[in-house]
Amino acid sequence: MTAVKDILKTMEYGPAPESDAPVREWLAEHESGFSHFIGGDFTPPAKGRFFETKNPANGEVLARIAEGSAADVDEAVRAAQKAFAKWSGLSGHVRARYLYALARLVQKRARFFAVLESLDNGKPIRESRDIDVPLVARHFYHHAGWAELIESEFAGHGPLGVCGQIIPWNFPLLMLAWKVAPALAAGNTVVLKPAEQTPLTALAFAGLAAEAGLPAGVLNIVTGAAKTGAMLVEHDGVDKLAFTGSTEVGRAIRTASAGTGKKLSLELGGKSPFIVCDDADLDSAVEGVVDSIWFNQGEVCCAGSRLLVQEAVAERFHAKLRRRMETLRLGDPLDKTTDIGPIVDAAQLERIKGLVETGCREGAECWQPSAKLPKGGHFFPPTILSGVAPASTVAQEEIFGPVLVSMTFRTPDEAARLANNSRYGLAASIWSENINLALDLAAKIKAGVVWVNATNLFDAAAGFGGMKESGFGREGGREGMFEYLKPLGGGPAKKPVKLPAPDFSVAPAFPPAPMKVDTPKLDRTAKLYVGGRQARPDSGHSYTIRNPRGHEVGQAGLGSRKDIRNAVEAAHKASGWSAMSGHQRAQVLYYLAENLEARREEFAARLEAMCGGGKKAAGEEVDLSVRRIAFYAAHADKYDGRVHSTMARHVTLAMNEPFGVMGILCPDNAPLLGFVSLVLPAIALGNRVVAVPSSLWPLAATDFYQVLDTSDVPGGVVNIVTGATDELAATIGGHDDIAAAWHFAGGEGIGNFERAAAGNLKPTWLADGRAIDWRDAAAGQGRGFLRHASQVKNIWIPYGE
Amino acid sequence: MSADRVTPLAPLSGPKAGTEAARNPGTELRPEWFEEARVNLSGVERRAATIPTRRTVKKEWQAAWLVKAMSCIDLTTLAGDDTEERVRRLCAKARMPLRTDLVEALGLEAAPKVGAVCVYPTMVAAAAKALEGSGIPVASVATGFPAGLMPLKLRLEEIRYAVGEGAGEIDIVITRAHVLGQDWQALYDEVAAMREACGPAHMKAILATGDLKTLRNVFKASMVAMMAGADFIKTSTGKEDVNATLPVSLVMLRAIRDYLERTGQKVGFKPAGGLKTAKDALSWQFLMKEELGRDWLEPDLFRIGASSLLADIERQIEHFVTGRYSAAMRHAIG
Repeated sequence: MTAVKDILKTMEYGPAPESDAPVREWLAEHESGFSHFIGGDFTPPAKGRFFETKNPANGEVLARIAEGSAADVDEAVRAAQKAFAKWSGLSGHVRARYLYALARLVQKRARFFAVLESLDNGKPIRESRDIDVPLVARHFYHHAGWAELIESEFAGHGPLGVCGQIIPWNFPLLMLAWKVAPALAAGNTVVLKPAEQTPLTALAFAGLAAEAGLPAGVLNIVTGAAKTGAMLVEHDGVDKLAFTGSTEVGRAIRTASAGTGKKLSLELGGKSPFIVCDDADLDSAVEGVVDSIWFNQGEVCCAGSRLLVQEAVAERFHAKLRRRMETLRLGDPLDKTTDIGPIVDAAQLERIKGLVETGCREGAECWQPSAKLPKGGHFFPPTILSGVAPASTVAQEEIFGPVLVSMTFRTPDEAARLANNSRYGLAASIWSENINLALDLAAKIKAGVVWVNATNLFDAAAGFGGMKESGFGREGGREGMFEYLKPLGGGPAKKPVKLPAPDFSVAPAFPPAPMKVDTPKLDRTAKLYVGGRQARPDSGHSYTIRNPRGHEVGQAGLGSRKDIRNAVEAAHKASGWSAMSGHQRAQVLYYLAENLEARREEFAARLEAMCGGGKKAAGEEVDLSVRRIAFYAAHADKYDGRVHSTMARHVTLAMNEPFGVMGILCPDNAPLLGFVSLVLPAIALGNRVVAVPSSLWPLAATDFYQVLDTSDVPGGVVNIVTGATDELAATIGGHDDIAAAWHFAGGEGIGNFERAAAGNLKPTWLADGRAIDWRDAAAGQGRGFLRHASQVKNIWIPYGE
Repeated sequence: MSADRVTPLAPLSGPKAGTEAARNPGTELRPEWFEEARVNLSGVERRAATIPTRRTVKKEWQAAWLVKAMSCIDLTTLAGDDTEERVRRLCAKARMPLRTDLVEALGLEAAPKVGAVCVYPTMVAAAAKALEGSGIPVASVATGFPAGLMPLKLRLEEIRYAVGEGAGEIDIVITRAHVLGQDWQALYDEVAAMREACGPAHMKAILATGDLKTLRNVFKASMVAMMAGADFIKTSTGKEDVNATLPVSLVMLRAIRDYLERTGQKVGFKPAGGLKTAKDALSWQFLMKEELGRDWLEPDLFRIGASSLLADIERQIEHFVTGRYSAAMRHAIG
């Protein structure tokens, strides 16, 4: 025993261990190994194989865990399918009762979960106790509320079916909550695969589900490594995939699920900027850095890992930061005074070491505090790599460890430029006491979450998720619920009316298709429309457009990769459109409606000649197109964001932001109305689009560019490339400078399109598997289109003086 | 980066504390050191809130920290019904704040003493007599405590009176109006005059942060008080609506750190009012150690203004020694 009189001299903190006895007892009861949780029961692995999960603080084996095989995954999916009908048929109120019970039980078992989490993951008990577990309870409470309100707040929407959810090792129980709570609230059933490094809290949660009386099969947990996860991703019985983890694996999931119709949300990596302006409260910003990169050992997807400091205060800020780093305590995660625990496993530790070495080799200056590392575990010290340039590997690669890279900036514009110089776009933290400056930066930075004078604030009422290669979809809040719902009505994809296949042959036709008239018409040439100008296709080819009886009605350019490239360039140049106010855009769009109506007869005649179906129907399609344009013109200044109700004395702004440049593949049915119904919501919110009209009947869309020309729609806002849908879709999917893409044209090319979209992880939208009757306003227009044309940026602004 | 544009941070060290040479001589008024001060309330609150959750001490470490806290207490009576006899009783407690059997059980080399006894000027003589030979200084409030709205001449005279009666430390109050009106020159001149009146007595400047309202005001007033020569800056009189809080204390400590970086001078800190439990004392001790370092756990740089705190600390120490929860009646009152 250390003498009190000696402690009086040193004034050290001494050990303060949290007891792990109850957790140890539970682990001892399961000494023979943990089974999967399937259909309400613990189910041993079909192949009888187990793997070990270890304590990262000392390498001790904590438990043996079932290794999920194809048979196990199959059984779990079937259990979830079986449970779906009854679960989704319950009233929201009854489902809310289950979620409420889970929230309460999490609170009652709070310390058990906190200790178990720290043992398995290595995070300090302070964090699991004060942050992770309370947020888990908060998430279930919040979603008990959504279940309660589901019929009124999400009218016209219903659950998807079976959700396959794969979660990471950095916040094992919290990520379970983020996935499971909204899925169950919406009426889905779940097969969850926790990370192989940290499966224990999920397995304990299975017990909690049983305590809450959750019906069998509603929540199933299959443990295993990447292989098990891949089996879940590929399982035909899964309707929705939700993944949180690395961008690399997210890309693989996107690729594997391409063209399957499974709804997908991905929350991936980040290299989030932490911006300190010269008018920031520097001391508070230093604490912000601590909460940002030395929270959870820096193993946080939204960690502010890229420090950008304004030159005038850089030296002072770094000195303060270094001094603060000296007081960080590394050690036993179960000690209540530990700030930083061990890295989750040896592989991750090696990766961190490797990247730090690379950083130093590339010229970064490395600084670490003087304290010795604790022995035995996978510890890595808090580290700053300063003098890093954007060209350095460590400025671009996610390190996922307690390593901060730092650089300086001169002006706010430069800060925004540096911040956005990344493939990622998950989060950003901005420190300035000038609200004008802070909000200006918040608007300029491409990130799903922006914290002003704060960092790593989370609340179930606000959506969390990224832009760019940080993934798509949101978790939390109203926006998160939509990831687990689909619009009802329209039904499953009906077999579409059989339309003729377009003929893309480019050689002169001989003999020519029969022409009814005696005097040849003056030839009318439909071109592509790029950057506000008519353009010939780069290929130099055109193809013939025929009516349903096989008569030629004209020719259209056969667009190719290069035309898409040119159109994307033009769309990027039209950035002024996104900067305009909604009211300004509305005026232009109303004018567009006005000008289309003025040419009603011409468009009706074109449609009738091209598609048949009679004069009346053609006239109606033009009329409906005019109305649809007016509908989105009206919405241009009304698709408001929200102020989420998160924490006291915080404004959390959920802003609907346009993606920027979108690709849109339009359907063959209703070639004018379908085109208008997709392009208009996109541009109404400020996107610029590259649209591929119906390849079968593109001429109404090409006529439409003359209406665009006469309606003050700035060049580059709508670009039209005609040609073979599948080929152009693959190019759009694979274009890294297109931020989002819709494919409503159907056909075999959807798989290639979505596989290509894995490259920059752009969100894709395929009509939610519905065959849309564009004449039906309930299905063919509405907020759903606007929601898919925008992404939510949550800006957190704590206030108070 | 050129050195003339940014003040580099000095290490957190200075002359040996407690010596006369270590006393803060003050500087001329340098508004540029604080006028651009940025203090973000939410940021400060978040840091303050995690101080008691990031750090804790258990068992013998807790006992030692509480003994240390005891030695930092300015045992205080500032009531209208104070009498000399009441003050003598308090002084007796100050000499022996912890029961002898507990001192022995802890194995301490010497029995602890409190940091000072804090009284009104008219009680200084009685206190000084009662504490004779103990080495415990008498601290006196002065300058029209608590509101400080007497004429300056009288306030300075009150300081000289208290020092003459035997006070080794003077707790002055500032004119809040100077802060609210941002009249830094007036505040500086006033505090500098008080420091001069204190002579050899150490001066603690009470900012009455509950009246200043904003943390930026707190930061600025802290800096001006230190420039004017305060040996300690102190949060409250104990009479404002809001007394010592962790966020306010954190801002004052950051001001102390800034001042140290710029001048090399260590200034002490005294939270007062509202610290009632051993847990409160520990929270402030953690704050001191985390923000300023080990040196600020000693009574020459850290005091706690309190009256009921001591009793709770005694009970917690007895619990450590016996394993039984203690009762207040088992410990002598002051």
